[in-house]
Amino acid sequence: MKVLLGIGGSEDSLYALEQAVARAMAAGDDLTIAIVENPDSTMDEEELRTRVDAVLETEGFDAEVVSLSGHPGSQLLEFAEREEFDRIVLGGGETSPLGKVQLGSIAEFVLLNAQTTVTLIR
Amino acid sequence: MTREYPDEVAGPYEGPPRSFSDRDGRDIEIRRYDDEFETLVEMYLQFDPEDRAQGIPPTAEKGVRKWLDNLLLDECVNVVAWHGDDAVGHATLVPDTEGASELAIFVLREFQEAGIGTQLIECLLGAGRESGIEQVWLTVERWNKAATALYRKVGFEPCDTSGFELEMAAKLAD
Repeated sequence: MKVLLGIGGSEDSLYALEQAVARAMAAGDDLTIAIVENPDSTMDEEELRTRVDAVLETEGFDAEVVSLSGHPGSQLLEFAEREEFDRIVLGGGETSPLGKVQLGSIAEFVLLNAQTTVTLIR
Repeated sequence: MTREYPDEVAGPYEGPPRSFSDRDGRDIEIRRYDDEFETLVEMYLQFDPEDRAQGIPPTAEKGVRKWLDNLLLDECVNVVAWHGDDAVGHATLVPDTEGASELAIFVLREFQEAGIGTQLIECLLGAGRESGIEQVWLTVERWNKAATALYRKVGFEPCDTSGFELEMAAKLAD
């Protein structure tokens, strides 16, 4: 399966990165990692790339890494359609002080607009 | 994240204790939480899964205990509605990292639509004000008209309307 993971540097996206790499290895999926601009994230693109490279190296897994600029949700979807991905994978949201699950704005946009299956990682 | 708070103070409300008869004639008392941990666990184990929102309360007992541990810390404000020896409602204020507090309220289904929620949330806001909390916010699922109406009634105003969930805020002191 052709899987596209979108990450913007939020805590849940970093967790999703590790889980998605592990899953792709186990399933033999073809994984592409797209770094998007998350306005709420404190990590910049370079830091994120370093993080991604470190995870891939530790796991000994090969994945294509691309950077998408502009509106993160729509850029991700456009890329997914153009490159004919089967599935989009994203972080599953963060929790509030009270423990409520709060989906990120990118996940909300992608869920509502995607033509493919979307997986949120918890 | 910058959040817009209303210009007007909500209330101000009196904190606990409060006693009243609900609309079904049941005697209800609201008090500050006072180490009744096991009774609250029991209340949440009876909680109707349909009334869950955004992943809380957790469904399994282990999850409930862990979640309550976080809510019942000293820096949080907790009030409980009692019917005799049974906890039937619970409302909480949990501090965020920006000096404000997140609010949530839970009432067992059998005790809903009897006026307990209004008393409970007013009492919580009163307790919060007495504890020096000035800013309170919450998120609520958009379709939940009963909840949003309650929050508006006691002084909350919508502040972030862009996501799946509606965010609302109230000010407890100037």
